Amino acid sequence: MRGFLSWSVLSGILNTMVGLATPFLYAALGETFAQTAGVVNLGVDGVMLLSAFAAFYVALSSGSLWLGLLAAALVGLAMGLLMSLVSVTLKAEQGVSGIGLYMFGLGMSSLLFKVLIGTVKTVVGFKPVSIPMLSRIPFAGPILFHNDVLTYGAFLLVPVAWWVLEKTTLGLKLKAVGQNPAAADSVGIGVGRIRYVAVCIGAVLAGVAGASLSIAQLDLFQDNLTAGQGFIAVALVYFGGWRPIGVLAGALLFSVANSFQLWIQVLGVKVPSSVAVMLPYLLTILALTVTANRARQPAALNKPFERGES
Amino acid sequence: MPVAGVIAALAVGAAMLLALKVDPLAAYAAMFNGAVGTRFGLTQTLVKATPLLLVGTGICIAFRANVINIGGEGQIIVGALMGAWVPLTFHAWPGWALVPATCVMGFLAGAAWGFIPGILKARLRVNEILSTIMMNAIALQLMNLLLQGALMDPSGIAKGTFLAQSAQLPPQAWLARLVPRTLLHSGAIIALVLAVVAYVFLWRTTIGYGIRAVGLNPDASRYSGINVPFYQALSLTLAGGYAGLAGAIEVIGVQHRLMEGLTSGYGFTGIVAALLGGLHPIGLIPASVVFGGLLVGADKMQRATQVPSSLVTAILGVIVLFVSGAALWSRRWAAKRLASVQQAKEGDG
Repeated sequence: MRGFLSWSVLSGILNTMVGLATPFLYAALGETFAQTAGVVNLGVDGVMLLSAFAAFYVALSSGSLWLGLLAAALVGLAMGLLMSLVSVTLKAEQGVSGIGLYMFGLGMSSLLFKVLIGTVKTVVGFKPVSIPMLSRIPFAGPILFHNDVLTYGAFLLVPVAWWVLEKTTLGLKLKAVGQNPAAADSVGIGVGRIRYVAVCIGAVLAGVAGASLSIAQLDLFQDNLTAGQGFIAVALVYFGGWRPIGVLAGALLFSVANSFQLWIQVLGVKVPSSVAVMLPYLLTILALTVTANRARQPAALNKPFERGES
Repeated sequence: MPVAGVIAALAVGAAMLLALKVDPLAAYAAMFNGAVGTRFGLTQTLVKATPLLLVGTGICIAFRANVINIGGEGQIIVGALMGAWVPLTFHAWPGWALVPATCVMGFLAGAAWGFIPGILKARLRVNEILSTIMMNAIALQLMNLLLQGALMDPSGIAKGTFLAQSAQLPPQAWLARLVPRTLLHSGAIIALVLAVVAYVFLWRTTIGYGIRAVGLNPDASRYSGINVPFYQALSLTLAGGYAGLAGAIEVIGVQHRLMEGLTSGYGFTGIVAALLGGLHPIGLIPASVVFGGLLVGADKMQRATQVPSSLVTAILGVIVLFVSGAALWSRRWAAKRLASVQQAKEGDG
């Protein structure tokens, strides 16, 4: 047990954590935009799956990781438009339409994978880039400043998302349509249009999250690659109280639990792997329970807007 | 409206097939033929419709209280764990005691798995969609744990194969076969009866009325003294019970042992069936047969045309998107019809 808590293991756990947090950050910060505007997109996992496939397939056939990333973002945008059409324009029950989007992404990514690729293949994904000087800081340097470009992007997105939500007109409009769509409508803000924008920002970022799995972290694609990470990302938004900094805290907490569980198995500590895998999900339920009663939730969350109602 | 949803989704599926350079008519013919064309196919359709009907009925009950149960998969799993554990532990019991005991324990296990997110929603306002999804992942790991430990087939351990499955159940625990040389078992009848029971419960009892009232208007229900949290928790507990029973029946009716991958996505397909059945247990009966057929037909199509059966998952997703999107128009249409009826009445007066 003494060997387990050595510095090298600790730095290994933290290093793994930073990588694991990357897809959660993209997906959950994206979902924060959608939910701030009042739309719960439960289909994040489906968007991640289909985008992860698109990124992998394009990177594999073109040899360009950046084209793969672009493909993932475009697939995310398309699925965001689909979700908006159903949930904003057609005012569907969001819990249900999101499950539909999830099943569509799950089935479609598996179908395309079997038809277009068929076997296990790998790509050479985004490689870690050391930041000069900073990466030589003892202990923290290799953890924070020796990562791939998508991981840097994920952590930079936290202040960017905060800035957009708190300091820009768009952020103000997002909050307005999420808190009081009728009032926003009465001052001439297009509630539907802003919600489209929010859902699409979220879906594009979910697409990048998918790409970060298939062409930066795992460098492969398989059926149900995300294994429900998109749903956890949605949970992280609740946990984070609809604030980017809270989402960051949630993503790090969840990822450190996951990283710890992976390292337990690597080091051969005698805990059944299924118990270890279970822990992060238990943690999520616990986190949802602890944070359930906060008042920050957008007042119109999950409520389609109809002019002339209430 | 539900029929329109299926037709539209099949049209989308046809477009996908065309993109895959497969003749949609040939693929759908293979699907249809596989599902209802032969005696075995037809009984397989009913075998798959059985868990869908049970899970879907539970989802209907929860939906009527405006509680969305995405936890079908996990509830099926814990029910199936009981479906294997009870007969293996009480293997000396006669069948007339063992089968009901197994079903009851399956129901209770699923109910417990639904109660946890149910009470969390009712008392602490924890989002049930997210908590039930987490409960699915936990149940899956619980099954893996037991299949690699306490429930692992001793003969597999002795032979050194270590297959992740339980021993075969004692034969008196097996459900009777309804048609010889097929897998159709008496669980189908149990499911049918329980769907009718759910209908009577929801529309003919006080508790059922409470569930529907909470679903229609929680605020009005609260003001009129209905215990809203109680009915929310109850609806999710019952939904879990129905799904748990589906899991137990799947084990004692079809597999006769606990195996990985036993849920086959019934928890999600059950949601689709429930939506298309109009969130009504009776409407769900034909809907679950349709989706049972779709699942059976998908396997057949995969073999006949090499189109992966995951096409069906994608089509199911499109159906959900269509049906949830179309709800607005059917509501508006209903409102318009109501208005015109009232106008006609006023005209009479």
